[in-house]
Amino acid sequence: MSRELSPRAKLLLYGALLVLAVPFVFPTWWMVTSSLKPVADIFAFPPQLLPTNPRLEAYQRVFELQPFGRQYLNSLYIALVVTVGTLAVSALAGYAFARIRFRGQNVLFLVVLAGLLVPSEVTIVPLFQMFFAAGLIDTHWPLILVPILGAPSVLATFIMRQFFIALPGELEEAARVDGLGRFATFWRIALPLARPALGAVAIFTFLHSWNLYLEPIVFLSTPERFTLPQALTQFVDAYGGPMWNVQLAAASMTALPVLVVFVIAQKQFVEGLAHTGLKG
Amino acid sequence: MSQTDTGVGRVDHRPAPGRAHPGPAAAGPPPYWTSRRRDQLTGYLFIAPQMVGSAVFVILPLILVVWYSLHEWNVLAGTFEFVGTDNYAALAEDTSLPSVLTATGLFSVGLVAFNLGLALLLAVLLNQRLRGTTLFRTLFFSPVVVSLVAWTIVWGFLLQDDGGINGLLDTVGVAGPNWLRGEGTAMVSVIVVQVFKNVGLNMVLFLAALQGVPAELYEAAEVDGASRARQFWRITVPLISPTILLTSIITVVGSLQVFAQIAVLTQGGPGTSTTVLVYYLYQQAFQFHHFGYGATLSIVLFAIVLGLTVLQWQMRKRWVHHES
Repeated sequence: MSRELSPRAKLLLYGALLVLAVPFVFPTWWMVTSSLKPVADIFAFPPQLLPTNPRLEAYQRVFELQPFGRQYLNSLYIALVVTVGTLAVSALAGYAFARIRFRGQNVLFLVVLAGLLVPSEVTIVPLFQMFFAAGLIDTHWPLILVPILGAPSVLATFIMRQFFIALPGELEEAARVDGLGRFATFWRIALPLARPALGAVAIFTFLHSWNLYLEPIVFLSTPERFTLPQALTQFVDAYGGPMWNVQLAAASMTALPVLVVFVIAQKQFVEGLAHTGLKG
Repeated sequence: MSQTDTGVGRVDHRPAPGRAHPGPAAAGPPPYWTSRRRDQLTGYLFIAPQMVGSAVFVILPLILVVWYSLHEWNVLAGTFEFVGTDNYAALAEDTSLPSVLTATGLFSVGLVAFNLGLALLLAVLLNQRLRGTTLFRTLFFSPVVVSLVAWTIVWGFLLQDDGGINGLLDTVGVAGPNWLRGEGTAMVSVIVVQVFKNVGLNMVLFLAALQGVPAELYEAAEVDGASRARQFWRITVPLISPTILLTSIITVVGSLQVFAQIAVLTQGGPGTSTTVLVYYLYQQAFQFHHFGYGATLSIVLFAIVLGLTVLQWQMRKRWVHHES
């Protein structure tokens, strides 16, 4: 499809791309600019594409109305722990399934893969009961343990296995000859080579944890323990109506840091997710 | 890995004092811990966390969800009694269920059609020889990394009756509807919000597939006088059909899991017009505390996901360009 285009075709193409970009870019723009508007200007007509008298009041209110700093930390530390945990579990399992031969390997791999067919919504009721029985409701344990060990990590294991399978065997032979044990071979030879796959797994695992919504609202009930997605919906007035500028200020603080990281490392994001991470 | 049926992990099976490392010139029976056995044990240890995790957090809950579905369980009343297939019979009598399944179907069909269509369009546009396509790729992809609830809140704000979209429509003299309060427009809204959020993922997958289509094919078609549209349908679509299948499976399964957007934008309303299966399941189990019925609905969801995945996988043989 990549043939030389006439100048006219190019112009048309740019026009089409610009128009199509609006619904992707405008919401983020509107989120940030509206969060800077005083309440009176929020629904002003005609719409203010740039706030006429910007102020940071809403950002202050975010921290007054909710323990937002605490909630931010909760989301951040949970996502980081889940990412590191998933990397460890999936790299070990993926490596073993790809490169070590042991009895029952294929059957065990199929058992693990079956997890791909089980959406987390299907198991939310029994998981709630299990964590209830274990006395872990209103703690962060369900949000940490289930992603690392349960169905969400299966995709990661699958990706790691696919990567390790493609690794040339000579490298490991050489390591063996040098007297390296299995773990040392894994740790010092295979893992450093797997950086692209690990990067992709890390990105989508982090995003998955950062975005979780059903699980937090099912498992958590104390505002100090809330995660960000859950906290964002809590900025309502006495009548239950959303306090738009405050909510948008909180949303901006949630979305912008990840967007900045994305813009800096967009190649890794796009290619990593395209080639390996298939979860949205 | 074949010559032994001795389970791995039985370290004390044969006492082998001081034989952790096979001695150099030791005569007698060969050491138990051959490198092969040791390697097998390492393999089991490496997969142990994943296996235990799958057993506890995937297989056990699947068994429990079946078990719960055979019980009448009201947490508030503290009752848990075996009722056989009553919950399944209740599915047939549940007057909300037809509308829930309709909403789920409408959402899925709308989402998949709009998502795949737009993803393919964007990918084709970005696959042209043009400066700045990387920038546009970044822009189209960016909502993927925006927190789902943040994205949904902004759209909820935009879609208010006096919100940004109607404000912009007003400036050109069009009176927009109250998007989230009308039955048809509410469903369209949640679909559109979800499509713009995640279409970038499918776009990138299509783009990678398009770049794998050999340019000679188009050149040959050009020589034969085939129009662009004909080239698209006869060359592009068949050659990227494996990717179309993959993205459609992912998108269909993902569409059945939609929850946050519904919870934030419409709470299933107006009426029950956007109450999709997962939202209904959540209401039954966690708002009305009908865990038994919630478990039954979970099984319905599981059956649908499984059925559609198998169906799409079967279709692969029919219309997907022969795979390498």
